[in-house]
Amino acid sequence: MFKYFEPNKIFSITSRAPKYVLLFFVITLSIGLTEALILSPEDYLQSHSVRIMYVHVPAAWISLGIFSTITLLSLIGYIFKIKNFFLISKSLAPSGLVFNIVALVTGSIWGKPTWGTWWVWDARVTSMLILCLFYAMYLISWRIYQNNEKVYRVTAIITILGIINVPIIKYSVDWWNTLHQPASINILSETSIHVSMIIPLIYMTAAFALFSLLIFLMKYNTELIKIKNKGLDRL
Amino acid sequence: MYGKKVKLRFFFILLVFLTLSLSIFFILKSLEKNVVYFQSPSEIKILPEIEKKKIRVGGMVKKSSIFVKEQKVKFIITDFKNEINVTYSGVIPNLFSEGKGVVAEGFLKDKDFFEATKILAKHDENYMPPEVKKALEEK
Repeated sequence: MFKYFEPNKIFSITSRAPKYVLLFFVITLSIGLTEALILSPEDYLQSHSVRIMYVHVPAAWISLGIFSTITLLSLIGYIFKIKNFFLISKSLAPSGLVFNIVALVTGSIWGKPTWGTWWVWDARVTSMLILCLFYAMYLISWRIYQNNEKVYRVTAIITILGIINVPIIKYSVDWWNTLHQPASINILSETSIHVSMIIPLIYMTAAFALFSLLIFLMKYNTELIKIKNKGLDRL
Repeated sequence: MYGKKVKLRFFFILLVFLTLSLSIFFILKSLEKNVVYFQSPSEIKILPEIEKKKIRVGGMVKKSSIFVKEQKVKFIITDFKNEINVTYSGVIPNLFSEGKGVVAEGFLKDKDFFEATKILAKHDENYMPPEVKKALEEK
């Protein structure tokens, strides 16, 4: 039941979706940027450089979220032999990598005026760099084993290696002394960001999520077309 | 319900995951000294001997402890239990100020005296507009 999916049916939906997603993305991004750059107040300590947070934090969240999704899909796909899950993972990965790099670069730009350095080898920053390498490994393995059955096994193993790093990234700031500050937004305890600064953060996160969805749909459609061209009407 | 192979693959993944997490846990546990970015003044106090290597000390800049003399800056790093005197000459990050977090990189002279070659400001997880901060302080 899970094993078979019909590319044609899915394609009829996913090929029409991008333009609507693009519309929502543009709207959310414009609201988010207006909130982040103009309407939100400056910070009492960091003044205007706090605005880097509105790109840095959502980018980091999205890249962690995408890696977790990829892992979940790859492992379920590996256990139950569902090829479609691997195609979804493959199409999700590029935006995850891009947002991971965005998080690292904006972190660096934010670090210079606040911490006084572009780069530190503290636990949070280093573990985030390791995640970036895992994304690269994941994407390269798809290139290497293009039409090979091996790719499913290899990518599943890479994701399971990489997922161990995800809780390390999350809790690195609590487990060890780091230069990076601890998390401001917690599910269980009160957040330490003022409400006026959370609003742009939410909009920007939504905008980045929509952007990832957009890129995902485009990549996924390409995969579906490839299957169709091979003359397979089901996997 | 599921085939034998599905079960086998599930246990394979589970075993891979458990083995890897356990080994990474122990690796990080044994490397803890290198994973931490800085040591607190209390941790410096209980060092068996003074290290010649470059180390990092972090904590809060003690209130009204900053003295600037020509090119040199003197201040005290505290973790509210122990303190350490720091001297430094060079560029100071913008966010370096009294009562805020700081990480100093450099060499220990003795257990109370630290010569920094680089200073990094560490800020906390609180973000708020200046007006809110003022209102909080007035309370």
